[in-house]
Amino acid sequence: MTKKIILAIALITLVSCSEVKEYQKSKINDSDMELAAKKSEKFENTFMLYREASSGANGGKTGGGCGCN
Amino acid sequence: MKKRIISAAFLAFLLSNSVKAQDTKSDSTAYKKQKLKIEEVNFITSYYTQDGNNSAVTGGIGTEKLTDISNTLDIKVSRYNKKLNKQTFGFELGVDSYSSASSDKIDPSTVTSASYSDIRIYPSINYTVQNEEKRQILSAGISTSAEYDYFSIGANAGFTKFSKDKNREVSVKAMAFFDTWRVILPIELRNNPDPNFKQNDSKPRTSYNLGVTLSQIINKNFQMALLVDAGYQEGLLATKFNRVYFNDVLATVKSENLPDTRFKLPIGVRSSYFLGDNIILRGYYRYYFDNWDIKSHTFSFEPTIKLSAFSSLSIPYRYYVQTEAEYFKPIFQHQLNQEFFTSDYDLSAFSSNMIGLGYKITDSNKGLFQAKHFNSLEIRYGYYHRNNGLASHILTLAMKFK
Repeated sequence: MTKKIILAIALITLVSCSEVKEYQKSKINDSDMELAAKKSEKFENTFMLYREASSGANGGKTGGGCGCN
Repeated sequence: MKKRIISAAFLAFLLSNSVKAQDTKSDSTAYKKQKLKIEEVNFITSYYTQDGNNSAVTGGIGTEKLTDISNTLDIKVSRYNKKLNKQTFGFELGVDSYSSASSDKIDPSTVTSASYSDIRIYPSINYTVQNEEKRQILSAGISTSAEYDYFSIGANAGFTKFSKDKNREVSVKAMAFFDTWRVILPIELRNNPDPNFKQNDSKPRTSYNLGVTLSQIINKNFQMALLVDAGYQEGLLATKFNRVYFNDVLATVKSENLPDTRFKLPIGVRSSYFLGDNIILRGYYRYYFDNWDIKSHTFSFEPTIKLSAFSSLSIPYRYYVQTEAEYFKPIFQHQLNQEFFTSDYDLSAFSSNMIGLGYKITDSNKGLFQAKHFNSLEIRYGYYHRNNGLASHILTLAMKFK
């Protein structure tokens, strides 16, 4: 099921791509559009890393520090 | 330990030097050595508080009350080298201070033990060089983290390649953390410890990560990224001051014991979409599994409304669900013949919701509050609730100076 979802997302992504020129990127370059966790999310991601068993694939911290409290 | 510090520093040094070596091959008489220019300075501070009734220190039952104040300051400086490649140097210093009621139960006879509160300090440095001609970025960094019973040193190296039109980007990042635990046992187990884990022993934990990210601009309003981040850990992965009570008549207590290896594989998709002229929709989904039998789904959605050219409001929401680790059982349910056991509810099956509110003001022309370099200020609050009762609040203040 997960594989099918990933495949569907990949297909939709590839099919619907259009060439975007530099002068058309005013919205893409907006700081809130960034494809990474915001600076202000930094500590939220850290405490979730400690309080949950999962980590990674979000651009956050994935090691260093025990997170044992 | 010394060997680890040297090997981590050597890894980062090798990469940065190989980049430097390429740069020095060509000569340009027109080049004048540039001074480093401050690109941005970020200061982030947060207050976090939680409470629940499933403390792992007391065997899966008891207060989880904890407060934490975290602060980081990062400075990014840059310059162009003689090949007109942009070099960026990043310095970060983080200081966290926490107090934990459950940690105090390691030795309940003391009024406030050393483990009741602690300070963690974590400096790091990073270097990147961007080659516009080759359309690539190379990066390297080292980091350390120190607290009362834990020391970590890490190194990372990365490579990014972007397409000619800069609409597509692939990046690979490798990270390694070489950590050392100081074993702290519950007070009643210190006189009769497991021969492998004595009080104040030093034990290693090593983590390796390899992350691959593919980003694609779909159209002028929409972009997506696929993230895969394989992780492998070895060494002491159990927290030795966590108690586990067994289901025999004596209610035997032992220190938590977990396998000394773990393989993790998270796969994530991130997207951002500009709807109309004033709304930005950010979405994220992650599927995670590991060889401790934990599987999880993370879904987050954050609409941001541009109130004006200078301010915006965001409403982050996150849903998370995980299955339990095969070694988890609540208090008094483990069998004495089990090799691995934990009653840490962070490894139990649960779901959680987080909702918050963020407000950001920015002025890159005049600066905020009549301070020319004060670029932006963001305040963000989040309320987190787990279906096993744990609840937390986090308030973050992020300031950027340019």
